[in-house]
Amino acid sequence: MAPELSIKDQNREVELFVGRATTLFVLVVLMLGLLVYRMLELQLWNHDTYKSRSDDNRIRVQTLAPPRGLIFDRNGRLLADNQNASSLALVIDKMPEPSESLERIGSLLELTNTQRSEMIARVESNRRPDAPLVVVDSLTEEQVARLAVNRHLLPGTEVVNRLVRHYPYAEIAAHAVGSVRRLSDEDLRRVDPVQYSATEFIGKRGVEAFYEDTLHGRVGYQKAESDALGRLRQTLDVQSPTAGKDLYLHLDIDLQFAGVTALAGRRGAVVALDPRNGGVLAMVSQPAYDPNFFVTGMSEAVFGSLSTSKYVPLFNRATNGQYAPGSTFKPIVGLAGIGLNATTWDTVIEDRGAFQLPGQEREYRDWAWTKDNSGGQGTVDLRRAIYRSSNVYFYDLASRIPVQDLVDFAAQFGLGRDMSVDIPSAGSGLLPDPVWKQGAKGLPWFPGDSVNMGIGQGDLLATPLQMAVVAATLANRGRLVQPRMMRGIDAPKSGDGESSLPSTQIALEQVSTQDWESMVAALEDVVHRGNQGFRGNGTAWAYIGQDIDYRMAGKSGTAQVVEISQGEEYDEETLSEFDRKHAWFIAFAPVENPTIALAVLVENGGGGSSVAAPVARAVIDAHMQKAESKKVAQQEMLVQR
Amino acid sequence: MIQADFQRTLSPYDSAATKPSRWYFRLHIDPILVGLLTVVIVYGLVVLRSAVDGNEALYTAQIQRYAIAYVVLIVAAQIPPNLYLRISPLVYVVGMILLLLVLFFGVSVKGSQRWLEIPGLFRFQPSELMKLAVPMAVAWYLQKRSLPPSLKYTAACLGIMTLPALLIGRQPDLGTSILVFGAGFSVLLLAGLSWRLVLWAGLAISAAAPLIWQFVLEGYQRQRVLTLFDPQSDPLGAGWNIIQSTTAIGSGGLFGKGLFQGSQSYLDFLPEARTDFIVAVMGEELGFVGIAFLLLIYLLIIARGLWLASQAGSTFGRLLAGAFVLTFFVYVFVNVAMVSGILPVVGVPLPLVSYGGTSAITLMAGFGVIMSVRTHKAW
Repeated sequence: MAPELSIKDQNREVELFVGRATTLFVLVVLMLGLLVYRMLELQLWNHDTYKSRSDDNRIRVQTLAPPRGLIFDRNGRLLADNQNASSLALVIDKMPEPSESLERIGSLLELTNTQRSEMIARVESNRRPDAPLVVVDSLTEEQVARLAVNRHLLPGTEVVNRLVRHYPYAEIAAHAVGSVRRLSDEDLRRVDPVQYSATEFIGKRGVEAFYEDTLHGRVGYQKAESDALGRLRQTLDVQSPTAGKDLYLHLDIDLQFAGVTALAGRRGAVVALDPRNGGVLAMVSQPAYDPNFFVTGMSEAVFGSLSTSKYVPLFNRATNGQYAPGSTFKPIVGLAGIGLNATTWDTVIEDRGAFQLPGQEREYRDWAWTKDNSGGQGTVDLRRAIYRSSNVYFYDLASRIPVQDLVDFAAQFGLGRDMSVDIPSAGSGLLPDPVWKQGAKGLPWFPGDSVNMGIGQGDLLATPLQMAVVAATLANRGRLVQPRMMRGIDAPKSGDGESSLPSTQIALEQVSTQDWESMVAALEDVVHRGNQGFRGNGTAWAYIGQDIDYRMAGKSGTAQVVEISQGEEYDEETLSEFDRKHAWFIAFAPVENPTIALAVLVENGGGGSSVAAPVARAVIDAHMQKAESKKVAQQEMLVQR
Repeated sequence: MIQADFQRTLSPYDSAATKPSRWYFRLHIDPILVGLLTVVIVYGLVVLRSAVDGNEALYTAQIQRYAIAYVVLIVAAQIPPNLYLRISPLVYVVGMILLLLVLFFGVSVKGSQRWLEIPGLFRFQPSELMKLAVPMAVAWYLQKRSLPPSLKYTAACLGIMTLPALLIGRQPDLGTSILVFGAGFSVLLLAGLSWRLVLWAGLAISAAAPLIWQFVLEGYQRQRVLTLFDPQSDPLGAGWNIIQSTTAIGSGGLFGKGLFQGSQSYLDFLPEARTDFIVAVMGEELGFVGIAFLLLIYLLIIARGLWLASQAGSTFGRLLAGAFVLTFFVYVFVNVAMVSGILPVVGVPLPLVSYGGTSAITLMAGFGVIMSVRTHKAW
């Protein structure tokens, strides 16, 4: 390929080049002008837009959850505190492939299937994709380490340290203190969503639920700078949250332990009150559950067994279990008889083991009745009718009291209504009367209904908490107190805080002071009257009264669950577990100046004196021992001075 | 043939030869150009200081690279244009061979096969060499022919440019491919390619655009173009870079947030802050004033470069020097336009500012050649 034989004209080529270069330079200037125009557009005309976009990028406003108030027992021991937990949080917006990342996190942390589905569920119901969302509650140290190593592979993940609720006594105080649960959408509709914007848990049961507003505190805010991977770089501005207030309860964890120990795995409840002010000293419901499970999450198996067990561990028997009070109701009937002039302390009847209404064949039997023995407590007055728990005496008495008068009188002990000050959704039991019966059953009140009510059976139902109030009212010789959990907020009160609270006391005016003392004496006999020969001892003496070094008053009760046919014997062997009798015992001590009143119920436990009374004794023993050692300590202090 | 070239270029028309010969002239240095380049480099290092975010090792490495680049600049300026002319075909052929080697033995980085590696020694991108080799080859081809080039010669030049551009495009490295083609094309433009032809070609390419879209562009390349028009369509994926870089620049305002104060870059929102997107760091921290200053220096370099080219004593020298200057401009434009969201994202560094060695050294070699064609007269 030979070059063309044209003479190259250097001058012309230089001119051509200069011309071209000039043209292209103009083009260069124009194009650079375009860039400058673009920069003006970005940096001057739309500066504000990009400025705020940049700030949005870097500044994250986070709400800070307030630390939940602590809950102490009367001795200052922590019943509910907050513990540090490392949790895995995700900022969904910062995750390029959320589902893939969740998969990776799952296998990295070796999560169980339950944890994985929980994680996915939380991501799906997430409210704010731009804020960290806790998906795994408590990470082990190894899991934290694994996350740290693989952090670069998992944009949008953060290990956050946060405070989570912890219940040191776990099952022991579960039903009394209650527990928190993960905040649900439904909860959010009830509460102030701003205050709860950083809160993960809300009180769901017991004290935790009732004092939610007090315990929760006020939300805080923090402006923080975070990088492209959603990690916090520095905090710019903080408005600290206000911690919730601490609660001091009347509860005594030692009594709680005593109750749990004494129930020894049996189903049942113990409620102990300070009769002077209604403070709940112990509230045991067995079986119980570990409330920590609701905080840190539990496996499906655990939740399944909790929620479907036929022993219903999640159910608070102490406040919501409703049982026929049985013979523990007899003191009320007796006092009603005195107050309504249906009987006197001196009136006696002959108890031959059975009672019949005039003109009726049906026999109402004594508790000691068997096929071979008619039972019967012989000649009984009211005092003997109490300590021997004569059924016949109270059949007779109740049949002679106008039903409405008896019901009105019983109502003054707090039966048939929820007397509690700060116990959420406590049961109100059932105090039946003719109006109720007509409405509920469409039947009139028969005389037999009064007879049954005389021994606390029939349709009458009460919770252990209500029976504890009855015990306290007897202890107070007629002054009714309302049960309350809380002793004070925040600052622990100096002194005992055991002063009486007259504002909530209601007097029972139909009965004289002397009558109250007589009833207390009869109740004292239940425990202390011993060595009196056949059918001469208090019903509980053999079980708890022989080695007792303080004075206790009590009343046993054995409540039938199913009706035993006429002429048939109660036979535990032939009855299924849930048809056996409930064992009751109500008591208070010391007899003079009582400081504790309680009710014990053992579900399907059998005899009140043999089964429930020892539980009551154990709890009161624990209480008296503490009172004694306290007294000793105080005396020693005085001596030292 | 070379002899003939030599005789032909030894012409009496060289006016520059009569100019007074200063010390820098004898050293084949243009102080104004070197000064302007140094301003850009120092300015770039200041911004890079912020972009490396405390990584001293990276920073030191870049300074060492510039030291090498200056040596290359001086050495390239000492070599007479005649030698460039003579080695042009050879460089082109070697470059093509290397490109073919890349095709078969290249090392893949981030999904494209661009590198040749001699293990333990070094690795480099032959396509960078082609940025110099292609304009050299086109200038070599045109210098002995009368200008403006005829249609036939134009077609031959297009062939010289297209072959390596296709190979580079296959790596795939569309950005470099276009730049290589553009470098050759700027020689043609400077050689007097008919504007009418350029216009027709432009129309033809526009008409063929749908076909190019369908059959030439890879999926990710199409995505980049689409992203340009609507970055919000995929804010965490393809649109992320554009959104973050425009946010960085825009948030800088008139005077910027201050050096080392750019939240977009130091909080890692800005991708590739040290390399291709460094102008966003500049825009965020030094504002409009910072970028305008940079563009002004670039403009001065281009003006000086074109003037030096026009002073060359041969057609080859003029075309080559002029083409280098225009290529340099194309770098600047494509990079800044890309980062500010006017052009799709292609991997083009900001000349003499972005972190990286190959580009800096290639560019400085180009400026060395420009000074060489200006100061070597008697050949």
